[in-house]
Amino acid sequence: MFDFIYKGIIRDKKRSLLPIIVVTIGVFVVVFSDGIIGGMINNMISMTANFQTGHVKVMTRAYAKQENEKPIDLSILNAGELINQLKKDYPIVDWTPRIMFGGLLDIPDQKGETKAQGPVSGISVDFLTTGSNELKRLGIKKAIIDGTPINRPGQILVSVDFAEKYNVKPGDIVTFFGSTMYGSMTFSNFTIAGIVRFGNSMLDRGAIMIDISDARLLLDMDNAAAEIVGFLPEGKYNNEKAEEIKKSFNDKWTNNKDEYAPIMTQLMDQEMMSATLGYAKRMSLIMIVLLIIALAIVLWNAGILGGIRRYNEFGIRLAMGEEKKHIFNSLMIESLIIGIIGSILGTTLGFMACLILSRHGIDYSAVMRNVSLMMDPVIRTTITPRMLYSGTIPGIISILVGTALAGQAIYKRNTAMLFKELD
Amino acid sequence: MQLMNDEPMKKQIIKIIICNMALMVSIPLIAQDGNKMLQDIDDNLSANSRIIESTMIIHGKRNDRTITSKSYTMGTDKSLTEYMSPPREKGTKMLKLSNEMWVYSPTTDRTIMISGHMLRQSVMGSDLSYEDMMDDRKLTVIYNANIEGTENYNGKDCKVLILISKVKDAAYQKQKMWVDTNYLIPLKIELYAKSGQLLKMITMSDIKQTEGRWFPMKMTYKDMLAEGDGTEWVINSITFNKQIPDYIFSKASLKK
Repeated sequence: MFDFIYKGIIRDKKRSLLPIIVVTIGVFVVVFSDGIIGGMINNMISMTANFQTGHVKVMTRAYAKQENEKPIDLSILNAGELINQLKKDYPIVDWTPRIMFGGLLDIPDQKGETKAQGPVSGISVDFLTTGSNELKRLGIKKAIIDGTPINRPGQILVSVDFAEKYNVKPGDIVTFFGSTMYGSMTFSNFTIAGIVRFGNSMLDRGAIMIDISDARLLLDMDNAAAEIVGFLPEGKYNNEKAEEIKKSFNDKWTNNKDEYAPIMTQLMDQEMMSATLGYAKRMSLIMIVLLIIALAIVLWNAGILGGIRRYNEFGIRLAMGEEKKHIFNSLMIESLIIGIIGSILGTTLGFMACLILSRHGIDYSAVMRNVSLMMDPVIRTTITPRMLYSGTIPGIISILVGTALAGQAIYKRNTAMLFKELD
Repeated sequence: MQLMNDEPMKKQIIKIIICNMALMVSIPLIAQDGNKMLQDIDDNLSANSRIIESTMIIHGKRNDRTITSKSYTMGTDKSLTEYMSPPREKGTKMLKLSNEMWVYSPTTDRTIMISGHMLRQSVMGSDLSYEDMMDDRKLTVIYNANIEGTENYNGKDCKVLILISKVKDAAYQKQKMWVDTNYLIPLKIELYAKSGQLLKMITMSDIKQTEGRWFPMKMTYKDMLAEGDGTEWVINSITFNKQIPDYIFSKASLKK
């Protein structure tokens, strides 16, 4: 019977072409969307980890309670010793200190008085230590639109919108004015090394970057760090591994009741991150269910049209004594084969499209100017083994549902009327 | 009609009217007393000029810091503060000219204007904001005062004054003051936001007579929204009404 059905599909293209096209398109959409959504999630995880959270992060307990406010007065004081211990205990992790701070960036006139000034949020990372991966990790070289990265102390990177608003350029001297870790006023002159487009509206509006050694001098934070962030090998986040390291570290400090004792969190502990991932997963599921429904309706309609075209064929088969159930089953097998062919084609096309976009990416920067999520404006699709079945299953289910609905008409045929119909 | 003929009811109504009239007459009197007391406080505490050498002890969450400074004030519009120690702050100067404030940093040789939201930030990590430092206006210019009653504070009978802002740009909408009427000095002040939230509390102590007036030589500020144990401001020496050269209050003097 299979051979009979297969030949029917191949020889009678009118019977199979439309359903195959519909299934192919549907499966392509699912596979491609899966790649895009996966890419967006990976993009967000990567940006958030690189700029904000690391894969794991160590802070004082007091700092962790007010983490959103970045209270540098609650920083880790003996950061060097703690980093050495972390490197010894978890050697696979790349540990690095960071300080986030806020203040005013003041642009002087010729007399050295304020010409303009604006609020800035500062990010200080280890740019200058040999072997530091921060420059590469944060993609600073790519993000610089004018000037160079920081390559000596006393230099500063300024975000693009701030630079445009206050008309500053590489080589200009600006003054940072803020508060030290202990609340004293602090001032420091910096030379602008480069203008950076972070690709995130929040950062592009008013972020600055300086080397951590400069930040420590500026903020009176000798050997201190607001946060010590850790990155898993090859920069790839692994939830289980991050959780294991976090638990192991925090267990060591459980009995220490000092509010300045260190505590470790991991990427998924961020409320926004887990909520966003949950939302993305729900969106994927809803999209697949809606697609199955839409495809089933289209294929139901295609099945009805096919049924009308093959009205006589079914009549003759019934007249020859074939059971209605057998005809229905043969239609279902036929649909299964069409579904498999369409799914293979759709998956192949979707996979190829994802492969191309994983290399070249889609530049969303024009539409993301006002988005404050930590996301790279160039979104690249991800290739995962899940793509092999993420489109195939809904593709096959939808054509089987569509055929099953259309095939109900077979049971309504009255054999007593067959010859009259054939006349 | 029956009600009007009722004699006891008539007496009752007359009593109520008399009470209301007495109340209406007494409210301005109380307010007048409050404003008079505020005027007396202003007269006692303010001067044409002041030169103060002071020590500020900031009790932070993790440590205490001591900062010494010398400040010159002329009227309500001009003041200059120079920080003397610790070494990190030494040479930093703050100049107030009317509604503008400038900070000079010797390490950068820059004069920076403080404006906007920065005015609400803490000065040197203390419980005082730049806005607190800037507002030298007399209390009678900013507030209307009512005497709420009498309370014992630290063993002294004090008048409790409620000050309500009469200008739009007051840093605090309302103040509650416990005033020692002998010295005409508020011993405790609570500063409130428009919402009614208590923002800061100031206590004054170590009252000494200097140049014929009583003056609190120690003030403790507590920002009620911040952690830490407050900021003590101790006056080491104070001189009133001494002529201060005008060039002191110029941006050029900041770099000297």
